[in-house]
Amino acid sequence: MQTIDLEATGLRDLNATLQAQSADTNQTAWEIVNAKGSHALAVGLDAPIDVTVKGSTGYYCGGMNKQATIRIHGSAGPGVAENMMSGTVIIEGDASQYAGATGHGGLLVIKGNASSRCGISMKGIDIVVQGNIGHMSAFMAQSGNLVVCGNAGDALGDSLYEARLFVRGTVKSLGADCIEKEMRPEHLEILRDLLDRAGIDAKPEEFKRYGSARKLYNFDVDNASAY
Amino acid sequence: MKDKIDRKIPQTVPRQSWTFSNEINSEIRRAAATGIYDIRGGGAKRRVPHFDDLLFLGASISRYPLEGYREKCGTNVTLGTRFAQNPIELDIPVTIAGMSFGALSGPAKEALGRGASAAGTSTTTGDGGMTPEERGHSSKLVYQYLPSRYGMNPDDLRKADAIEVVVGQGAKPGGGGMLLGQKISDRVAQMRNLPKGIDQRSACRHPDWTGPDDLEIKILELREITGWKVPVYIKIGGTRPYYDTALAVKAGADVVVLDGMQGGTAATQDVFIEHVGLPILACIHGAVKALQDLGMHRKVQLIVSGGIRTGADVAKAMALGADAVAIGTAALIALGDNDPHWEEEYRKLGTTTGAYDDWHEGKDPAGITTQDPELMARFDPIEGGRRLKNYLKVLTLEAQTIARACGKNHLHNLEPEDLCAITMEAAAMARVPLAGTDWYPGKGGF
Repeated sequence: MQTIDLEATGLRDLNATLQAQSADTNQTAWEIVNAKGSHALAVGLDAPIDVTVKGSTGYYCGGMNKQATIRIHGSAGPGVAENMMSGTVIIEGDASQYAGATGHGGLLVIKGNASSRCGISMKGIDIVVQGNIGHMSAFMAQSGNLVVCGNAGDALGDSLYEARLFVRGTVKSLGADCIEKEMRPEHLEILRDLLDRAGIDAKPEEFKRYGSARKLYNFDVDNASAY
Repeated sequence: MKDKIDRKIPQTVPRQSWTFSNEINSEIRRAAATGIYDIRGGGAKRRVPHFDDLLFLGASISRYPLEGYREKCGTNVTLGTRFAQNPIELDIPVTIAGMSFGALSGPAKEALGRGASAAGTSTTTGDGGMTPEERGHSSKLVYQYLPSRYGMNPDDLRKADAIEVVVGQGAKPGGGGMLLGQKISDRVAQMRNLPKGIDQRSACRHPDWTGPDDLEIKILELREITGWKVPVYIKIGGTRPYYDTALAVKAGADVVVLDGMQGGTAATQDVFIEHVGLPILACIHGAVKALQDLGMHRKVQLIVSGGIRTGADVAKAMALGADAVAIGTAALIALGDNDPHWEEEYRKLGTTTGAYDDWHEGKDPAGITTQDPELMARFDPIEGGRRLKNYLKVLTLEAQTIARACGKNHLHNLEPEDLCAITMEAAAMARVPLAGTDWYPGKGGF
């Protein structure tokens, strides 16, 4: 286990060190201490390494991650795992706004709650939230899966494209063009796999599935009031 | 009527309304028939005060000119000297503005790269990600970071020579992107992670930051991902240039790109293009003043775009304080957009040479703003690149001609003092004196 003290090392050297790890590095386990809510921690990583952040993080922790597994032993600030390509980001606490924004791949697990705009514009990432999520989550979500074990706030899935949304609890309101859809066996299978990978004990059968009605895909003046 | 003629009463000529002109009436009829606003490409077509309303004074006894063709007049520019390890060095201060693959064909993007590289300048991606064609053919490529984040990934980000965070553009400040279904080919859809054939409306706000304080942190993240190597530009549409420039500097920009309402778009509502935003002439003074007030003029470079057509425009923008300019529409025309060669086909589309602006429909006879394989095949990227290089060279030669006449041995030495305005509006907007006076509106002592 390599330990980096952020206070002593500084952000630039910390990120440069983690970014320099290659696919065959034998230094696969890293720990960051004294994170103290710093921004842009462990961003742009591209190696199968395991990074544990002790404490809470500021904005954009794990941004554009590829391959790495990043665990936050605390809560995460806005834009955690934004534009993630692959790998895994796990947050033991809560996540602020725009968690997993525009993510293209990989798995984001939030053990606590996620704030508004979770999964905004997601493009293939899988997000599993053990608690609740805030308003406007999955806004303009393009693809990937968002799993919410608790409740969802207002305007879930507004202007949704092809992302799949699974919610176990209540949905305060659905956004424009987002509808409840039939949960078919293949969806239960996807959900079971995601819950397994996230290490969350929940029954897929307890969830409802939401998706795009696809009515706003091509502009129709009769739908103008939906915008 | 017959009665009047019979009685030999003099007739007035039929009078068209200025308010309800044929042009306006045709738009009313179009709206009544379709129920949807008009969408088109390009920038503002209305007449606005522009660089044409400024003149250079030249030299005589009180100023000393340089010898044309003999005495050197430098044209190089370095962009991104504030924080980046590797600022961009360009031979000429004319860059190619961001235009997306999707809006433009792959060969058109290739031609922009070829022409710009041959002329020693940079090109810019657009809302659709980086294609191998443009990276491969652009010696200096600026990668746009847009609200949609279509195709955004850290590998391409690290291939970029600079990153341009797009907050707005002159054609539609406050508006998002639009690429209609007819241009969403398999390849465009795949790059954007969206189904084929659907209308794509990119968001107008970034998904993961709000306001200048957040933007500062976003830029920190982008610099950390790219190792502080490449410059970060911030592009803004011309709205409140003084404050927006100041906030861009505060957020950590290496370069501010300022785009006026004449700057083009691939597809936006006509009402937006024509009625929102400022002419570029009205933007430059405010942006330069903000940089000067912060002690950052020439430290944070300013790129100006929106209606740059000639070397005179280049020289005037630089005399007002810009470090470089960017061209978009002019570059497309150099490639062959709106060329009289295609007049017969323009007529079939209900338009004419120079007026063709339905770029969003993907039926461009010149094969530039389309994803249709047959139309694309009409466009030769090598020939297009050669034409763009020639045009960029002419812009530079023209700007040098003017600079030498003003006694300047580098384009950067042009200054507001070299200029006068021939209209009150231009004098007020650019804050250069009305010709023959030392006064501009707002300044005392007329």
